[in-house]
Amino acid sequence: MELIYAVLVQPFVDMYLDPLIFIETVIKGLMAGVLYSLVALGFVLIFKASGVFNFAQGVMALFAALTLTGIMEYMPDGLPKWLTVIVALGATVVIMILLAVIIERVVLRPLVNQELIILFMATLGLSYVLEGAGDLMWGSDVKVLDIGLPTDIWDIGGVYVEQLDVTAAIAAGSLVAVLAIFFTKTRIGRALRAVADDHQAALSVGISLQQIWVIVWSVAGIVALVAGIMWGSKSGVQFSLSLIALKALPVLILGGFTSIPGAIIGGLIIGLGEKVVEVFWYSVHGGAVENWFAFMLALAFLMFRPQGLFGDKIIERV
Amino acid sequence: MLYRETGQFKRNYAADQQLFPIFQDKILLAAILVVALAIIPFVINDYWSKAILLPFMVYALVALGLNILVGYCGQISLGTGGFMAVGAYSSYKLCTAFPELNLIFVILFSGGCTAAVGVLFGLPSLRIKGFYLAVATLAAQFFLIWMFNKVPWFYNYEMSQITAPPREVFGFLVSGPQAEPAAQYLFVLGFIIVFTWIALNLVRGRVGRSWMSIRDMDIAAELLGIRPLQTKLLAFAVSSFYIGMGGAIIFHIWLGTVEATEAFDILQSFFVLFAIIIGGLGSVLGSFLGAAFMALMPVGLKVVLVDWIGMVPVTAKHIEFMLVGSLIIFFLIKEPHGLARMWQIAKEKLRLWPFPY
Amino acid sequence: MAEAQVIDSGGVNPPSGSVDTRTIGDPVLAVENIIVKFGGVTAINDVSFDVRKGEIRAIIGPNGAGKSSMLNVLNGFYKPRSGQIKFAGKTFPSMDPYYAASHGIARTFQNIALFRGMSTLDNLMTGRLLKMKSNFFWQCLYFGPAQKEELENRAHVERVIDFLEIQPIRRTPVGRLPYGLQKRVELGRALAMDPDILLLDEPMAGMNVEEKEDMSRFIMDVNEEFGTTVILIEHDMGVVMDLSDRVVVLDYGVKIADGTPDEVRANQNVIDAYLGVSHD
Repeated sequence: MELIYAVLVQPFVDMYLDPLIFIETVIKGLMAGVLYSLVALGFVLIFKASGVFNFAQGVMALFAALTLTGIMEYMPDGLPKWLTVIVALGATVVIMILLAVIIERVVLRPLVNQELIILFMATLGLSYVLEGAGDLMWGSDVKVLDIGLPTDIWDIGGVYVEQLDVTAAIAAGSLVAVLAIFFTKTRIGRALRAVADDHQAALSVGISLQQIWVIVWSVAGIVALVAGIMWGSKSGVQFSLSLIALKALPVLILGGFTSIPGAIIGGLIIGLGEKVVEVFWYSVHGGAVENWFAFMLALAFLMFRPQGLFGDKIIERV
Repeated sequence: MLYRETGQFKRNYAADQQLFPIFQDKILLAAILVVALAIIPFVINDYWSKAILLPFMVYALVALGLNILVGYCGQISLGTGGFMAVGAYSSYKLCTAFPELNLIFVILFSGGCTAAVGVLFGLPSLRIKGFYLAVATLAAQFFLIWMFNKVPWFYNYEMSQITAPPREVFGFLVSGPQAEPAAQYLFVLGFIIVFTWIALNLVRGRVGRSWMSIRDMDIAAELLGIRPLQTKLLAFAVSSFYIGMGGAIIFHIWLGTVEATEAFDILQSFFVLFAIIIGGLGSVLGSFLGAAFMALMPVGLKVVLVDWIGMVPVTAKHIEFMLVGSLIIFFLIKEPHGLARMWQIAKEKLRLWPFPY
Repeated sequence: MAEAQVIDSGGVNPPSGSVDTRTIGDPVLAVENIIVKFGGVTAINDVSFDVRKGEIRAIIGPNGAGKSSMLNVLNGFYKPRSGQIKFAGKTFPSMDPYYAASHGIARTFQNIALFRGMSTLDNLMTGRLLKMKSNFFWQCLYFGPAQKEELENRAHVERVIDFLEIQPIRRTPVGRLPYGLQKRVELGRALAMDPDILLLDEPMAGMNVEEKEDMSRFIMDVNEEFGTTVILIEHDMGVVMDLSDRVVVLDYGVKIADGTPDEVRANQNVIDAYLGVSHD
């Protein structure tokens, strides 16, 4: 009886009694969701264009952030801050594009036409390589990433909002807008969609698969960089970032693997859900549900709608 | 010319279907068993036991379990660490609740508990496949570890770190800090031999064929009268049974004390998955080769990089990460069937030796 | 040659198959008013026909006519929107794949659906799975009942292997076999089930003349020696007309003709469907 009360009644009483905390939790959850969405976005891009389920997307975010902080450390001290940041950002983007070229050459090209599950496992291996390489080059201690993003806290009628969170939301929003334009309006975007529909057919009309893959992985790398910056500025650049990034997977299950809006909305649902459950149902579970809440939600969801919120229904043929 | 089957005729189907139809294979197996049973127990010491033999044997058992699920039945799982934790914690609960219970039964029952949990998390496999299922099993990983860390009943309301009490089997102390390395080694070896034999029997018979048919072409299997859910759940059950026993042995024999969040985290899941990819998916031999590789490579790297070259241990760890990752990619590209397939090719070459064709 | 036979058996004379030792019995399987839809697309629209025991029944039609969908309905992979299936003395709104398999319906697929990672022998043994009943305990030990039934079924499978002349590829993983042999192994897997009714989805697609002749021989032998009822989808009209006793013609999911090969050949609807018809 007590348990039923604690599960079904008490949390809502708390929400009603302390609406400020509730609103703050909601905002915090949505902002965490934005970060998940950013990682998920990279997954969706690659999955759409190549059918590859890139397990390494989270590690790519870590790798990008590590590279960025590493380069900033090695820049000469006398330079003005904005110059350091811009040069380091530019260098990191170049490295991420180089990484895409290497991945295409070394991993994807030899595995073309293999079963997708083999490619999935290859990206698992890739995540280990990237993690080892990032740590090896830049060291594995926790780093502070400061590229001059606003870190103050706004007080809006008693509700505290971190400016960093707002920046992240704006970054995610503009990223989605840019990607949408890129996909629908540019020549490369059309080619990308063609490749996503049918590799063979795309090849036959003269689209270079290799070129497309390099582009997609580069874009995914840059998306990973944005995610890495946001996350790194918030909680430092460290190994655990790659584990947190795994939560992008349940986000995708919720949103559907091929849907960009799905990635955003899935991320928001999961971020919101886990924060609210963490805070208001604390007396039931005793904390740290953030570790598994997203996955269990996805698992429950899979039982009823395997194709996700925005995915197409899968019809099997013989 | 030494290794060939020419002249070894089979006169009935029973002879044709035995486990090791080729005479030379029987000799090799006998030699391995003699070394493992009659020589190693007399020369084993604490370092060899704890650093090399026990990790190899435990991971071989776990890899065998995961290979049944992934390699034979084609269902990807990233929840291995969580299932190992189920085995470890249920064995802890069993042996503290029933102190008189023989450790052999404790470990078997822990396997049974893990099988039940495995079936539960295997249920979604009816509706989802491939990497979707992989994500679903991540739920098992994170949820189970959280549960063992948060619910005090599982660690008897003491510290969240659990410690294996000393237990004797046939008058020999096999668990606890005073245990004899030779006794521990033989105890685990017994499990390995029995359950490897069972796995070999399962995969070459009706059960194995139904698993492989689901793996290769689930729709056709269904139209042949194979029930997909039962078959997949059986694979989850058997696989989790092995993994659970492995977890129990890790806790009781190898480590002695474990904490769920450290000993059974998600890196363990990757570790075992990598072992079977490198060793060979869908191969019992591959599970052993992969486990040997993954368990021994860090030891070898440490000796070479840290002890000889004088590298910082952390750096050596990073190099190990990169090496493992690269090897996974290498094997997937060059030899998707892993070390086991390489061994097979070597045997085929040996058959013709010294002639090239 | 095919042409000559056609002329021989034509006309109003009784069928030239009087030397035939086969007996064709009562209907064993019938579909009535089957409708199958995918979203807005109607794949099969109100189709009925029956299949008699021991006959070779062909389903023909242009691409996309709903032939494969029909087979999928027959062994329960697709559930029809409406209509019923009569089989083994019972009436079902839709078939259950397990029920179909365990009551003697076996099939092959248009795009080969073999278990690519397994050997020919294991593929065929998988066809015997329903016949193997020993429990899990004995399976673990591979002893007693488990070993006994393994050997019995192995002997049965070896007979199928001899019949199809695939002895040399017993141990080869089927993924490495050439296309024609894969088709033959797939037939073998279906035959290993000891089926009463055999559904063959384009067994000769993509084969050369020689392979087609072999395959036709196997189908006829199966039908004559074991009395197996065969339902056949095939595009090669020569093969269809030679082999089959009766033919159903589908076009855009609708049945446009049903009868003996000669009747069907003379049917104006069929000629229109295959050759096209001018709409002026």
